[in-house]
Amino acid sequence: MKKPQTGQPMDRVDGRLKVTGGAKYFADHQPADMQFAALVCSTISCGAIASISTTKALRAPGVADVVSHLNAPPVPGYKKTNPGDKNGLQIFRDNRIYSNGQPVAIVVANTMERAVYAASLVEVQYNQETHYTNMEAGMDKAFQNNRMKDYSRGEINAWQKAPVTHSAQYTIPLEVHNPMELAGIIAHWTSPDTLTLYAKTQGVKSVQETIQELFEIPEQNITVHSRFVGGAFGMALRVWPLEIATILAAKKIRKPVKLVITREQMFTLVGYRPNSSQKISMGATADGKLTGITHEAVAITSPYEDFTEGIVAMTKFMYDCPNVNTRYQLVPLNMSTPIWMRGPGEATGSFALESAIDELSYKLKIDPLQLRILNHADTDPERNLPFSSKYLKEAYQIGAEKIGWSSRNPAPRSMQENGMLVGYGMSSGTFGAYRGKATVSAILKSDGTLTLQSAAADIGPGTATAMVQIAADVTGISPDKITFMLGESTFPYAPEQGGSATVSTVGSAVSDVCHALLKELANLAISQVPAFKQTTPELIIYEDGQLITADRQTKITHEALLQQQKLPEVKVTATSQGGEERKKYSMYSFSVHFAKVHVHPATGVVRIQHIVSVADAGAIVNTKTARSQMIGGVVGGIGMALTEEAILDHRFGRFVNNNYADYHVPVNADTPPTDVYFVNKKDPYINPMGSKGLGEIALIGFAAAVSNAVFHATGIRVRDLPITPDKLLHIVSTENATA
Amino acid sequence: MPQENKPSSVPPKKDKQEARRDFLKQSSAVMALALAPPLVLKAAQHDEAIAAVFEKMPVNLEINGKKMQLSVEPRVTLLDLLREQLALTGTKKGCDHGQCGACTVHVNGQRINSCLTLAVMQEGKKITTIEGLSNGDQLHPVQEAFIRHDGFQCGYCTPGQIMSAVACLHEGHAGSPEQIREFMSGNICRCGAYDNIVNAIMDVKNGGQTA
Ligand code: FES
Ligand code: FES
Repeated sequence: MKKPQTGQPMDRVDGRLKVTGGAKYFADHQPADMQFAALVCSTISCGAIASISTTKALRAPGVADVVSHLNAPPVPGYKKTNPGDKNGLQIFRDNRIYSNGQPVAIVVANTMERAVYAASLVEVQYNQETHYTNMEAGMDKAFQNNRMKDYSRGEINAWQKAPVTHSAQYTIPLEVHNPMELAGIIAHWTSPDTLTLYAKTQGVKSVQETIQELFEIPEQNITVHSRFVGGAFGMALRVWPLEIATILAAKKIRKPVKLVITREQMFTLVGYRPNSSQKISMGATADGKLTGITHEAVAITSPYEDFTEGIVAMTKFMYDCPNVNTRYQLVPLNMSTPIWMRGPGEATGSFALESAIDELSYKLKIDPLQLRILNHADTDPERNLPFSSKYLKEAYQIGAEKIGWSSRNPAPRSMQENGMLVGYGMSSGTFGAYRGKATVSAILKSDGTLTLQSAAADIGPGTATAMVQIAADVTGISPDKITFMLGESTFPYAPEQGGSATVSTVGSAVSDVCHALLKELANLAISQVPAFKQTTPELIIYEDGQLITADRQTKITHEALLQQQKLPEVKVTATSQGGEERKKYSMYSFSVHFAKVHVHPATGVVRIQHIVSVADAGAIVNTKTARSQMIGGVVGGIGMALTEEAILDHRFGRFVNNNYADYHVPVNADTPPTDVYFVNKKDPYINPMGSKGLGEIALIGFAAAVSNAVFHATGIRVRDLPITPDKLLHIVSTENATA
Repeated sequence: MPQENKPSSVPPKKDKQEARRDFLKQSSAVMALALAPPLVLKAAQHDEAIAAVFEKMPVNLEINGKKMQLSVEPRVTLLDLLREQLALTGTKKGCDHGQCGACTVHVNGQRINSCLTLAVMQEGKKITTIEGLSNGDQLHPVQEAFIRHDGFQCGYCTPGQIMSAVACLHEGHAGSPEQIREFMSGNICRCGAYDNIVNAIMDVKNGGQTA
């Protein structure tokens, strides 16, 4: 048996393209006669457009058109809905303004500079109305969406009766995905009902579907290219109004149009993690057994859409607790619609839950790690099902050992190092391990190369690399002869890259199609090659691009087999999805984060010294790219914990720090060495590879590990992210602080 | 016009005489403007050709070893010239404000943010972009190290990181992981590949392959 390719730290198959500048992202494409667009965005936060004057803009050199609700081509799909229904922002449908920065017009010119300049010449008059952007002030408008009903098991608010209780409010500010690549699109109507798009998307097929619905043209007339995506973290999970605006402009001027938005516009046009306020209340017996948890969350949404996510999800099943009730409400504000941001709601919820557990542990005088183990859920208490696999306890153990948990002095503010306060904190995270439906085509050429095609996306985790490894293991073809192609809507269906499910979903289809291909080759050999006549597909050995008889006496290479039969290629397509196992088991990935921090005693500056993150994500297909995904999630978590906060000036409903200089994403010097470990044990049920998801759990829970470490270092509990120095300034006056 | 400065359409290097004639042609348009501003302005609004001449300036650059005579609007940044007119799209735009490093290129061997400089300011300078870093098929050691250490995920910040890393090594700012972290902090990686980037640079440093 040859060493399997999966589980190896294989270099990325697209690495060379990425280090040479050869990887083409949407904005790098240059169709002939391409025109450039720039947006004119609302300067008010609520009201209506009174007038738009485009005279000056249209007179500027090189300007082709200015498109707004006054002259945009009709979007047939809008008619299916009424204005004012919660259908999202229907760009250019009417003159309503719902939020600051909402696009009101798109200017097209023959150079980028000319488009940008002309956009500054468009004059817009508004009828302004009172706007609301402050969640705290809008709590009276909180409501519940039907997707997110109240949950309870056992007794409601049972925590109140417990001998030891903890109850507190936790807030997370608005955070912005801010991938490095700016959003935008290139749209080209090659005929009145044929559209080509170069898009930044996590799913070419879902773009195709949205466009089909809106423009009512046949699916095959819409081609979406998106082979490389410069990060997304959730923001490219839907088609945004800016893309529809560009498509409309392209329709009007009948030339390819490219729009790339500005960094400022990334804060208002492509979603964000909604700011939220969560109250967690929990009770336990004196020896640390949880008796009740109540989790109430409020988060913001836009006026025209109810955005919901899994904020209270983790609370329902993470701990073995008989009484749990949750509530999740939305406050609509004059803001654009949020969208899932890495770890999505679970990252938000885990900050509250994992901080609260830590707080409770100090009240109970039980080690926080011990308290978690004490309340470990062996089976899923929400669904009353066994977990398909759960190695959380092993993850706890690995993490504790690697960070040196046992050598920490449990008392807050008890440890110092080089004049710095030292703290250790930990937390856990979890996210559903999903498997969707996907189709993959496999094309084996007579030169022995294998090409796999599926309309999957890759926003950075290394999808193609993992798929090549999976295919190599099944077929016995060497990885350098296998190509996995993605990001084209003409390829067979794959869902969006989201929810940490790509390896599970598309990888399963790769595995299935490769098995189908082998069967095809076997049947070919059995029917055409005398030496194989007596055998069956199951008995044949598949190795090094050859078919070998069970007695190892006869071999034939794929090349020879195809050439003999004068076949230029063999093509097989297979669709794959999970089955009944999802009804029998609860499937989740788990992560554990440990952080060691230094806090400067006079300034309150927090520096993370060391991170140990451990994942129970099933079998790891590529240990190199998986580690990168983990450290990436951790870096995102550092931002969430310490620096990231989009600040609104509520007087205007406008962001004040909408750029990379003022909205602080972590830079290299903000990140410490990070040790990543994988339990790396197969999940027996989820899919052929035994792999669970990784992308979300890398971040989920991380912020709590930092805030718990900061409490351990200082005795100060910060419940409002991010943990900026000002929140620790009373550090000096709390010399003797304890829980 | 976006496409007109494509390398293929770059005129062969003209002799001094010709260059001066071009300059005179352009200056006479400027002169005409001075003499009859309202008229020319009006013409410019309707006549793209006049507007184009009026808006452009000649600039000579050596990009990835190739000498180029270009004609660009003074407001065009070096980044937009590379990307939109020369089809050198390896250099990326992440902010356009000098805040992210995605657009890092070398000008006379020094790393700069190409979004923060106008193309016409680089007259006579040697510019190296990610496309010009490797020696034919032979990757630069830093490029190889980035692949080995997986110094990226989405790859969007990568051209800028690599150009910065090469300069960081040349500057002698890659003495330790801590020093690398400081001197590479002008290049944001939202995918968070920092640990791997540091390891890649340390690897090249320790291999002595800073060429
Ligand atoms: S694009 Fe130049 S620094 Fe960001
Ligand atoms: S690799 Fe995606 S931003 Fe650095």
